[in-house]
Amino acid sequence: MKRKSQNTTSKVWPTLAICILLAVWQFVSGTGIVAKYLLPSPIDVIKAFVSEFPILMENAKVTLLEAFVGLGVGILVGFVIAVIMDRFDRLYQAFYPLIVLTQTIPTVAIAPLLVLWFGYEMLPKVILIVLTTFFPITVSLLNGFRAADKDTMNLMRSMGASKMQIFWYVKFPESLEQFFSSLRISASYAVIGAVISEWLGGYHGLGVYMTRVKKSFSFDKMFAVIFLISAISLLLMWGVDVLQKKCMPWKEKK
Amino acid sequence: MAELKVTDVTVVYDDKTIIEDVSLELHEGELVSLLGASGGGKTTLFNVISGLQEPENGTVALNGEDITGHPGHVSYMLQKDLLLPYRTIEDNVALPLLIKGEKKETAREKARAHFTEFGLEGTEKKYPHQLSGGMRQRAALLRTYMFSNEIALLDEPFSSLDTMTKSEMHRWYLDVMDKIKMSTLFITHDIDEAILLSDRIYLLTGAPGKITEEIVIEEPKPRKPDFNLTEEFMNYKKKILSLL
Repeated sequence: MKRKSQNTTSKVWPTLAICILLAVWQFVSGTGIVAKYLLPSPIDVIKAFVSEFPILMENAKVTLLEAFVGLGVGILVGFVIAVIMDRFDRLYQAFYPLIVLTQTIPTVAIAPLLVLWFGYEMLPKVILIVLTTFFPITVSLLNGFRAADKDTMNLMRSMGASKMQIFWYVKFPESLEQFFSSLRISASYAVIGAVISEWLGGYHGLGVYMTRVKKSFSFDKMFAVIFLISAISLLLMWGVDVLQKKCMPWKEKK
Repeated sequence: MAELKVTDVTVVYDDKTIIEDVSLELHEGELVSLLGASGGGKTTLFNVISGLQEPENGTVALNGEDITGHPGHVSYMLQKDLLLPYRTIEDNVALPLLIKGEKKETAREKARAHFTEFGLEGTEKKYPHQLSGGMRQRAALLRTYMFSNEIALLDEPFSSLDTMTKSEMHRWYLDVMDKIKMSTLFITHDIDEAILLSDRIYLLTGAPGKITEEIVIEEPKPRKPDFNLTEEFMNYKKKILSLL
């Protein structure tokens, strides 16, 4: 009972903070303290969102498709790399620094090159997303695999378990928790990666839409699309949480 | 006929001899304790018997077959229960059968058949963290039994439990052992526990560890829980203390 009431109060404060922020914003913009063409009011943004809704959805579809394909391939690549590196220590030593190095390349710098090499269609976007999403996955899985308890693995060996069996029964489930927390990060990276690569070249998508409304100084639409992108990222993160609960039922019963 | 024979096992680690010329025998249905101070090489000896570690010298034979350095013949149980937190108790217990390649459902069924015997009824669908330490050790012992009902190696299985739970576990253990008759090699540093549970006790002492004495506990089985209050028990204890 007490717990429940705590839970409700914990939601009251952030809601209140957001409401106050919106009220201040509406006041500043609505009364003309800041010119409307520089900062549209929240109500203007909502109006823009409603009027642009069909176009936004059409573009969101493209962006989401890129994000999903990129994230899917990113997970696959991350998983394969992690398994191979865990299995062969030499490869781990040889390639781990290289993988870290790929993460120091700024996304914005590499995106135009990818456009140059692979054109304006989906491929360069997916490649960019794969590059940004596979890394957290690989690192978290590797950490998870390596954190597996030595005594448990010895016990499995004493029972005659093969390396494969030790992997599936011990190492893989051991890494799931870390995997999901990195997947949450990767999911939001995927959306942002898709938008950035659309900025730099493309025909459809929320990033393309963004550059278009920016050029026509429609800042109300600009804000509308920013909020949409945030909402999509949040939705994806929530989806990861739901998936995690499904995949890790033993956590539920605590 | 399950018989384990360890002959002249010597283990050297980093130029240091851990155990030297250790020989022991475990006969069908017997419970034999290996008693000695912590760090005296008892666990090393277990690693050799279970095949995880190759000895410098000596052999391990199960029913006359040489199994030195070959894991997968005898399983062991440790102080830590090592139940996998992400599997239910029945799936944990069925694990050795899954490793041997049995189908999931048959393995589960075979595991479930022993739950009542081991005092684990009602825990099938629970996860390890939902159980008390004593119950987890029961599940771990059942898992060991599922792996092989011939020989079990138990490495201080009850030493992390509190005194009350421990004596409860001793009663439970004597009761279960009476039913399943598994040959067991039992490591402990607890003299009372060794006398209470064993048919024979080997004393492993010194550095490098050597077997210095073998003591037979004549008290018939099944033993009464108050055996540890009798005069015979005290006499055994005095004898062991004088030898250590």
